[in-house]
Amino acid sequence: MSGLVFNDVSKHFGNFAAVDRVNLSVPHGTFVCMLGPSGCGKTTLLRMVAGLEESTTGTILLDGKDITPVPTHKRNLGMVFQSLALFPHLTVGENVAYPLRIRSMAKEEQKKRVEELLTLIHLPGYAERPVSKLSGGQRQRVAIARALALSPRLFLLDEPLSALDAKLREAMQVELRQLQQKLGITTIVVTHDQREAMTMADLVVVMGDGRIRQAASPIDIYRKPADAFVADFIGSTNLLTVEADSAGRAIVLGQPVPGLSLPNGMAKGLISIRPEDVHLAKNANGGIRGKVTFIRDLGGTIETFVDASGTTIVAVTTPRERGDITAGAEVNVVLPADSCVVLKQ
Amino acid sequence: MKREPPRTIADYAPLAFPAIMLIVFFVVPFSTMIAVSFFRRQQGGFYTPDFVIDNYARFLSAFFGGVLGFSLMLAITVAVICVAIAFPFTYLLTKASRRVQIVWLVCLLSVLSLSEVIIGFAWSTLFSRTAGITNLLVPLGLMSESQALLPGIGAVLTGMVYQALPYTILVLYPALVRLDPTLLEAARTLGASPLRGFFGIIVPALRNTIVATLIMVFVFALGSYLLPQILGRPQHWTLSVHITDQAIYQSNMPFAAAMAVFLVLISLALVGLTLLVGGRKEVA
Ligand SMILES: Nc1ncnc2c1ncn2[C@@H]1O[C@H](COP(=O)(O)OP(=O)(O)OP(=O)(O)O)[C@@H](O)[C@H]1O
Ligand SMILES: [Mg+2]
Repeated sequence: MSGLVFNDVSKHFGNFAAVDRVNLSVPHGTFVCMLGPSGCGKTTLLRMVAGLEESTTGTILLDGKDITPVPTHKRNLGMVFQSLALFPHLTVGENVAYPLRIRSMAKEEQKKRVEELLTLIHLPGYAERPVSKLSGGQRQRVAIARALALSPRLFLLDEPLSALDAKLREAMQVELRQLQQKLGITTIVVTHDQREAMTMADLVVVMGDGRIRQAASPIDIYRKPADAFVADFIGSTNLLTVEADSAGRAIVLGQPVPGLSLPNGMAKGLISIRPEDVHLAKNANGGIRGKVTFIRDLGGTIETFVDASGTTIVAVTTPRERGDITAGAEVNVVLPADSCVVLKQ
Repeated sequence: MKREPPRTIADYAPLAFPAIMLIVFFVVPFSTMIAVSFFRRQQGGFYTPDFVIDNYARFLSAFFGGVLGFSLMLAITVAVICVAIAFPFTYLLTKASRRVQIVWLVCLLSVLSLSEVIIGFAWSTLFSRTAGITNLLVPLGLMSESQALLPGIGAVLTGMVYQALPYTILVLYPALVRLDPTLLEAARTLGASPLRGFFGIIVPALRNTIVATLIMVFVFALGSYLLPQILGRPQHWTLSVHITDQAIYQSNMPFAAAMAVFLVLISLALVGLTLLVGGRKEVA
């Protein structure tokens, strides 16, 4: 198969499994975002792909070939480090030309390629500048250009945008995605910003405790989280316990949810429902009775916190849908069955 | 924290102590030495105030010129050897675990506590025919019979490098610890073998540190005067040895002072030149 395949890849530091039996296959040209809480093994996994960390067990295949025994400098990959690792004593042009110089490319050709790359990252004519004189976003781009100089087969980025301010970060996300689509290069980005993952990825890999919890398209990750960990980590969600009663109905907070049923054999579980899917109604029939405790009006959206017998349910609405619900009001919380995802506890 | 610029004399008070120390222990003795270097020598170890340049003129002879050249070359060689050994060593040390680092640094610090005399006599024993390291090589079949490795330039260099190496490592250590470890990793992902990345990226990226360390070891080695006497032959005596010789044994203070002043000037000139060359490359 063309692309990147992980076969039972693990990495142990002493007794501690930083990466635990990872199996994943990434088709060629895919943009992968690895997402997960701090310390879950994202960087370690990425470094194993780069050969900077040796895997304890398992193999990594690139286009069908086992690359585990290949040393880093022969893997033909581009990597952008969180620190960027620009060479401080070289100019922008010399940084970008470094991999070309290593391959002893002719001087003329080097110059042409550098200018081509600098144009690609929207910094034409910057070749002579020292890297210390660049802004954060510009340094970011130079690191990307340097990593792409040899048209690598794999492009790896470890939290490349975390040092940038929010606005620049969003712009760079779009740019990075466009660049990747233009070059059609298999790309893995580590991030712990789930918005970033949603913006850029074809495939989102959610990791927790060294294992892959779910690998799916962004929308599937959001709509159909595989477990409570993923549901909770991606976006905000309401996690509520659900029980099946003797009639087979699904009961949430004492009220049946019409149209929802638990899978066979499951007596108790969790449902995940996104705040924007929760309906609030005054004086409606059915639904869970609750009291509005707090309203956070963010302008574009309104978050309503409802206390239903000790459990807080969050609903997000647009100002138009808000109606006349105010803090302290008694409301009925309606959970549409088709928006509820049933998860094992 | 933003601080007001000093305005009254009293604001400069904190500077008084270092200023006085500097004047008492550096400016005054050094000025005295410069003055003495122009005095006239009297037979019997005395000198009278005067203004003659004989002392400098005598110094510009072939003999003392040779001694000066040898001293400078020796100091440069020691500096280069020290940095060449210490830089890769310290780099690897910073990659080791904390415990290994601490053990090494403690050992190095304990070497610092040894005086030049002890180092000199220790090496002279180690290099001797009767009790030296060659006695170990004989049973191993590497040598037919034990021999003396001193006096000689090799012994002098060994002793001086041994003495200066801990300083070199301790000066390089902070810079290398602070070095971004991903620099070398980045070079590797870009196609450079670890060795090539080390010499192509790490060494140039720390050029200023290396130059500063070279200068420090150079100045340090220039002052060495016991080791060349213990481990070397008279032709390996440095200018420092001759200065001592003139000042103490020949009782020729003005000439010793002139040599010392000259040595300081030459060292300053060399250091300045190094910085100038280093500084120019930085811009290019
Ligand atoms: N060289 C090492 N020795 C021992 N433990 C390590 C080493 N490198 C990483 N670990 C441990 O492995 C686990 C995973 O680390 P990793 O850096 O991969 O996390 P991460 O997912 O990238 O986290 P973050 O989002 O904070 O960067 C952590 O618990 C870390 O302490
Ligand atoms: Mg990380």
